[in-house]
Amino acid sequence: MDIKALVIILMSSVLVDNYVLSRFLGICPFLGVSKKVDQSVGMGLSVIFVMLMATAVTWPIQTYVLDNLGLGYTQTIVFILVIAALVQFTEIFLKKNIPALHKSLGVYLPLITTNCAVLGVTINNMTDGYNFVESMVSSLGCGLGFLLAMVLFSGVRSRIDESDIPASFKGLPVTLIAASFVSMAFFGFAGIVENLLA
Amino acid sequence: MKKENTMSVLLKGLLRENPVFVLILGTCPTLATTTTVTGAFGMGLATLAVLVCSNIVISALRKFIPDTVRIPCYIVVIAGFVTVVQMLIQAFIPDLYETLGVYLALITVNCIILGRAEMFAGKNPIGRSALDGIGMGLGFTLALLAMATVREVLGAGTFAGMEIPFLVDHKIELMAKAPGGLMVYGILIAVVNKITKGKVIKKKEFSCAGCPAAAECAGGCAEAVKEEQ
Repeated sequence: MDIKALVIILMSSVLVDNYVLSRFLGICPFLGVSKKVDQSVGMGLSVIFVMLMATAVTWPIQTYVLDNLGLGYTQTIVFILVIAALVQFTEIFLKKNIPALHKSLGVYLPLITTNCAVLGVTINNMTDGYNFVESMVSSLGCGLGFLLAMVLFSGVRSRIDESDIPASFKGLPVTLIAASFVSMAFFGFAGIVENLLA
Repeated sequence: MKKENTMSVLLKGLLRENPVFVLILGTCPTLATTTTVTGAFGMGLATLAVLVCSNIVISALRKFIPDTVRIPCYIVVIAGFVTVVQMLIQAFIPDLYETLGVYLALITVNCIILGRAEMFAGKNPIGRSALDGIGMGLGFTLALLAMATVREVLGAGTFAGMEIPFLVDHKIELMAKAPGGLMVYGILIAVVNKITKGKVIKKKEFSCAGCPAAAECAGGCAEAVKEEQ
């Protein structure tokens, strides 16, 4: 296994093609749960966890079951059901066996069922033709990128809360504009993969 | 629940309860597919089709779906229609299929569709649900077109691929990129806030509205909070 290729996949999914800030996946939780730093860390960790699990399950399903049977077109339905079931099982499992973890992550789990970033990453892994290890690394990278964006943005948001904003910009509009600046900052990473690693 | 007249079921999606600018649903496709007017129009129509079909089916099945498993049921219905639309577009408009890419499959988890299933189609008869779907779908399409017009004209100096003199030589490329999307969206919401100030529907009519994650979790967060307490 080529380690360098994996590092490139990881770096580009964390920094360059950040799921939230440049591909616009998972915007809803990004805007909804980024008010406090601890909340955004909890949400980010849950997303990483679910993304990894979802990829670990959907990759074999697509490769060994759907493609073999010529059922590739049912991808969307199968993936979303797998993700929804997975999230439910995880929640039940955590509640029963690791109550401490359930207390910190459990609240965010139902929110993730229909998080487009999770479905998006599983489908993208298939479209990009990654093998199993590459898919897992790319999911990890997307999850880390999500966590990074959430935590950075929650810092920005706490500053906004203290500012005096025109009435019609209060709430979501100013948040979106702030997100736009954070997204601009991520442009700085654009050449990192080509110039640093390749 | 108070009975609205048929016309207002159809029309409320256009401005008063516009899914994009007032209910703040479906943010991801709104930002991702509005770099060009053509892409936005295609995305709007695809969503409209899925929304109308799923609203009709969910409304027809509303008495048979047990309350506890309604969300998974809704998702299966929606995913089914998304697959149909996806295959139709792939077969007949391959260019659009390329442009929209993964976002076409992601209509499945578009908050608008699950949100309308939960807020409207699950409680109303078939005809009204279909009208609601048409209204909301058109509202979504119009909002996407508005966003895309601003972004394409400023970002690429073109409108639906046609070059606009002067602007094409002075394009602000940032507008067509990610930050521009977020910024234009923020500003347009502020404009709509300004226009509809005081006349907008009371937010509390919707269970979770006001929370951008509302329809995506379709009440899941409220249940989670309840369990916590």
